[in-house]
Amino acid sequence: MPVTVASTWSLLIGTRKGAFLYRGDTTRSNWSVEGPHFLGSVVNHLVLDARDGRTLLMAAKTGHLGPTVFRSLDAGRTWVEAKRPPMFKKASDPDARAVDSVFWLAPAHASQPDVWYAGTVPVGLFRSTDGGVTWDEVTGFNGGLFPSIKHRVENIPDGSLLHSICIDPQDARHIYIGLSTGGVFESGDAGASWQPLNRGVEANFLPRDDAEFGHDPHTLTLHPLRPSRLYQQNHCGIYRLDRPGVEWRRIGRAMPKEVGDIGFPLVMHPRDPDCVWVFPMDGTEVWPRVSPGGKPAAYRTLDAGETWQRQDRGFPREQAWWTVKRQAFCADACDPLGLYFGTTSGEVWASLDEGESWSCIAAHLPHIYSVSAAALA
Amino acid sequence: MRVLLPSPLFSYTSGQREVEAHGACVADVLHALDARYPGLRHRIVDEQDRIRPHIRFFVNGEAVTTLGRALAEGDELIIVAALSGG
Repeated sequence: MPVTVASTWSLLIGTRKGAFLYRGDTTRSNWSVEGPHFLGSVVNHLVLDARDGRTLLMAAKTGHLGPTVFRSLDAGRTWVEAKRPPMFKKASDPDARAVDSVFWLAPAHASQPDVWYAGTVPVGLFRSTDGGVTWDEVTGFNGGLFPSIKHRVENIPDGSLLHSICIDPQDARHIYIGLSTGGVFESGDAGASWQPLNRGVEANFLPRDDAEFGHDPHTLTLHPLRPSRLYQQNHCGIYRLDRPGVEWRRIGRAMPKEVGDIGFPLVMHPRDPDCVWVFPMDGTEVWPRVSPGGKPAAYRTLDAGETWQRQDRGFPREQAWWTVKRQAFCADACDPLGLYFGTTSGEVWASLDEGESWSCIAAHLPHIYSVSAAALA
Repeated sequence: MRVLLPSPLFSYTSGQREVEAHGACVADVLHALDARYPGLRHRIVDEQDRIRPHIRFFVNGEAVTTLGRALAEGDELIIVAALSGG
């Protein structure tokens, strides 16, 4: 049964040089731009609280200034900075960690209005219980799990990051997270304790094949209608896991060999747990991280990864050397589903027919870090 | 004392480049500034009291690397934002 479709959808776009809101009409064919907001700020994530349809949180910093979170209670018209952004507790250790960037923002369970989670660089997990005004450490992660795994998640030049905070819609205390690097971890007690969930996932950069953690998930998703179904786009392929199982299966093996199954984003169809899109990139030799062969394409599966179909109608046929970051590919809830992504070259592409055809709806933006589709109230 | 601020902080001071603040050391002045302009301090000093990488402090023209640097009335504190990259 089709999900109720909002009259209009907006695209919330975070870039290396600010944020932009593209407001669509009822046809999703005409888009008007609002912005830039916070021109010059690095905006890693810009997210709507779908529980109220109007609160936006933005993870931002500038080249000079440290990280913070901005809030809007009027769908992006005005912004106020968080009174206490995510930060680690003060420590006497001269190497004590400090938040470099807020990387990921996620509203918590529908039963917990005003509760949000944030993931940071370096890896840290934070919770707000007042709609993003103040943030506290999730001590079960920052002070509990992290010290025991830090030898596998530190020492990355651009910083390790915590992303893909997935809340089980059937249990507010059941949370999955991804650490890049570090792996996938699961908590059944609202973050008080954590268990690794990486069996079956390859990690060709680790000395042991059977490591419990230290893997590199790029994106982790959980299906809203079947929360036992997980997918991840990993540094080492595309995987699926059906709980209560604990062994991931590399479904990316079915991708064409010349394309491979490396990439950053992964998007699920909100009404079909077997339907997923990925956007492959070149992960060979020196890891160019561009469209394989300069020929961009999305790939879709309709059977949970048994087979994949190339979807490239509308894209450049050659010499297009961009790719799509992990937060920069999303879906709306319309029927047929709309898909949207932003590129490292500053273009926004849309498909209104579930990936069958694509058109460029914006160009010349800065390097795009995140795109999310939002039904703003 | 006189405190000169870099343009990335103007959004906190409503565009003022020069403000007055008082304290016995740089850390005290930063706390005084943060009380008047909430959020300013965290953007230039991290939660471990380390000066952020692209921020510099000068007292009477002399570079300062620790927030405990003592100050006297009449000193001038200049906060500089020095960016690299494109």
